[in-house]
Amino acid sequence: MLELSLHILDVLQNSIEAGADRIELCIDENSEEDTLRITVHDNGRGMSRDMAQRVLDPFFTTRTTRHVGLGLPLFAEAAARCNGRLEVDSTPGLGTTVSTTFQLSHIDRAPLGDLVSSLMAVILSNQAVELYYGHRVDERSFELDTQEIKDALGPVPLSHPRVREWLQATLQDGLDSLHRPMP
Amino acid sequence: MAKLKTIEELQKLRNEAQKDLKVRLETGTKIIVGMGTCGIAAGARETLHAILEELKKREIEAHVTTVGCIGMCVKEPLVDIEQAGKPRVTYGNVMSDMVPRLIEEHLINGKVVDEWVVGRLPT
Repeated sequence: MLELSLHILDVLQNSIEAGADRIELCIDENSEEDTLRITVHDNGRGMSRDMAQRVLDPFFTTRTTRHVGLGLPLFAEAAARCNGRLEVDSTPGLGTTVSTTFQLSHIDRAPLGDLVSSLMAVILSNQAVELYYGHRVDERSFELDTQEIKDALGPVPLSHPRVREWLQATLQDGLDSLHRPMP
Repeated sequence: MAKLKTIEELQKLRNEAQKDLKVRLETGTKIIVGMGTCGIAAGARETLHAILEELKKREIEAHVTTVGCIGMCVKEPLVDIEQAGKPRVTYGNVMSDMVPRLIEEHLINGKVVDEWVVGRLPT
């Protein structure tokens, strides 16, 4: 995949498939440590220790529709070629945390890409799921929690065109503000 | 983050959006986009956004959701359209530029785009 935001979308979709109703995505770009950390934590059904160890095997999947599970192995491979790694920590009944680390400046590190599109895809097509998104770039940070937004909106759904526009603009502004040059 | 400003903005938005909530019609249409690893790699994210954009443009109310891999990876991005009383139709290799025709023919004209169909489920 050409963008890390596609891997992130894939991991978020895994959480939804695991029955999570709350997912937390935290991204931390630290130029001093030269690291990029992407963590997805969900409260889905979780996995046994044995299964969690096997999810990085591309020929292991719990699905019966096909015999390969490429999502996490591809993400792990993307991290490994940038001096990073992917770790899965899971507890049955409690949820799963997927943590990925990259060398931020590595020449092979894919860009984050269109993260707003990935987040909007998850938010708009799975409105029963609460998504927290926290993003830190050195000293600056941005966060958005769909639970807070839903509370403020009351009966108006997130898919309402005006809400959608607002969400897209808020996410884009937030993300832009993290990378804007310091005044 | 200017949280207070955000909440204020949302409350204003809520008041405005609530006014036209009553006039927006629920069509009973469900659109399901395959969003497994294979779908994402094939462009399903862009397809999903093209669908949302087209529905907004044409003021069509439909429930858009996602599903994981169903095992037909070579046909991703897969898009299912389900309408009350009609067979569920699965379209294959639906790239974002195909979406306007799909929405117009299937949802507006009520005509299945046969050349893109990869499966049908009876009602």
